[in-house]
Amino acid sequence: MLQLGSLPDRLAKARFETDSTSHITVNQGAAKAAKAGPLLVRICPAGVYSLQDDGSIGVLHAACLECGTCLAVAPPGVLEWHYPAGGMGVAFRQG
Amino acid sequence: MDFDVIVVGAGIAGCVTAYRLAKAGHSVVVVERGAEVGAKNLSGGVLYCRVMDKVFPGFADQAPVERRITRNYLGFLNPDSLVGIDYHDDRLGKPVNAVSVLRAKLDPWLAEQAEAAGAVVMPGFKVDSLLSEGGKFTGIKAGDDELTAHVVVLADGINSFLARDAGLRTKEPLKHLAVGVKSVIGLPRQTIEDRFGLAGDQGAAYAIVGDCTAGAGGGGFLYTNQESISIGVVVRLDDLVGKGLSSSELHDRFVLHPQIQPLLAGGELLEYGCHLVAEGGKAMVHDLARPGLVVVGDAAGLTLNTGLTVRGMDLAAASGIAAADAIDDALQDGNFGQAAMDGYVARLDQSFAGKDMATYAKAPAFLENPRLFNDYGPLLANVLRGFYNLDGAPREHIIPVFRAALKESGLGITRLARDGLAGVKAL
Ligand SMILES: Cc1cc2nc3c(=O)[nH]c(=O)nc-3n(C[C@H](O)[C@H](O)[C@H](O)COP(=O)(O)OP(=O)(O)OC[C@H]3O[C@@H](n4cnc5c(N)ncnc54)[C@H](O)[C@@H]3O)c2cc1C
Ligand code: SF4
Repeated sequence: MLQLGSLPDRLAKARFETDSTSHITVNQGAAKAAKAGPLLVRICPAGVYSLQDDGSIGVLHAACLECGTCLAVAPPGVLEWHYPAGGMGVAFRQG
Repeated sequence: MDFDVIVVGAGIAGCVTAYRLAKAGHSVVVVERGAEVGAKNLSGGVLYCRVMDKVFPGFADQAPVERRITRNYLGFLNPDSLVGIDYHDDRLGKPVNAVSVLRAKLDPWLAEQAEAAGAVVMPGFKVDSLLSEGGKFTGIKAGDDELTAHVVVLADGINSFLARDAGLRTKEPLKHLAVGVKSVIGLPRQTIEDRFGLAGDQGAAYAIVGDCTAGAGGGGFLYTNQESISIGVVVRLDDLVGKGLSSSELHDRFVLHPQIQPLLAGGELLEYGCHLVAEGGKAMVHDLARPGLVVVGDAAGLTLNTGLTVRGMDLAAASGIAAADAIDDALQDGNFGQAAMDGYVARLDQSFAGKDMATYAKAPAFLENPRLFNDYGPLLANVLRGFYNLDGAPREHIIPVFRAALKESGLGITRLARDGLAGVKAL
């Protein structure tokens, strides 16, 4: 049977040039008010978002595949998201 | 003026636009945010490639394409059954009508063609904003660098932050967008050919609805490459949000589905990726031209999902042709005002891309019908089971079998007829 592996294992198949500054910023107050955490966690195909013990949302920006889904579904004011700097971020080998 | 034309984005739309303009003798630069051309791009991807022949004669023989699609499979997937129409036709390969592609291989080739025609390709630069003066767009800003041109072409894909900045687009309604989650599974060439009944460079394309998306709007796809299989799901964002589903779980549900697994057995995961897809059809295509600016490809919302096929790459190329030809006219006249840029929209409307967008204008509404993803698969399987499951009970005539299956599905004959008619009208 085909083994897909965990999300981090899968992501390791693509190349990443990690930007020193994150291209994703969560407004934690707005996210809490809108209860956006679980939504972000389940819609992101790369597992970038996680729920932290203190109720905040963790962001692993280095794993982002840059699809833009989180930005499209996030309630207004919750997310600042832009593309990483030129040449940074994910590089697909297949596409 | 640094260049006649600046193209933002070296995807299919951008490369085709740049190639044609450079070939016509204009000075063109293509600015691409990926470290290499193609690094950011992901598609299904079956490219309906007749349009490419217009730009690059003999495209399928020269370009790094994977396989020539001669087999199309349309399936309804249920938890423990799969009902499909298998259309295998050698005529689809002569002349070649559709090819499977991997964008990290195709896009660099397209950019090389543009470069050979005289365009400058600049990878590794993200355009941050547009420059404008007196109501006309005049160039781009990338970091501290500014470049100016007579015309700027936005070929920056589905998220087009630049079209938003220019005020051409606002936040898209969720039902106009879907997320595609895709894996590329490596398999030996011979295994693929044996497993899918293909000879040589023939290829197969599967489009599947039903259990793969757990009833959410969208579907699964499976396309054969030379030595790999592209497989994944496309799920409409309104349903993904509304039904509380997880995008990576839906991907795994399809890829690991017992009906799909045998097709991938022995394979190895080569890559996992995701990308947004435009699903709004014609309703999404608007505001494509401003003085000194045109919008092409996914940035313009040019994708058609008919349920049978997802098409965006061929429309991206067609919009690139229309844009390049209109800009060529504008450069010759020295006029870059609204009327001159609207020449692009007129050319696009006249092209097969514009006409197909109009023909399939009802497809998005038809594909919003939840019964398509929930009910028709089980109905078909139950009717067929009535025939093939010879369990010792005497057979009934088709009409009672069908009626019983219909009753079990809760659909009703009127609804069935209405959906059927809507389907015919949409396609
Ligand atoms: C899962 C999935 C399956 C699909 N299946 C098919 C299929 O089978 N057949 C088909 O025809 N279509 C398919 N499509 C649609 C198709 O992939 C797109 O329509 C097509 O890629 C659009 O091409 P484009 O050139 O307009 O945009 P893109 O290919 O997205 O190119 C945009 C380019 O712009 C660059 N860019 C973006 N912003 C900036 C910036 N600010 N500065 C510099 N560069 C920038 C990007 O890096 C990228 O190179 C599918 C899409 C997905 C996601
Ligand atoms: S852009 Fe896509 S991959 Fe990146 S965090 Fe958002 S949803 Fe996840």
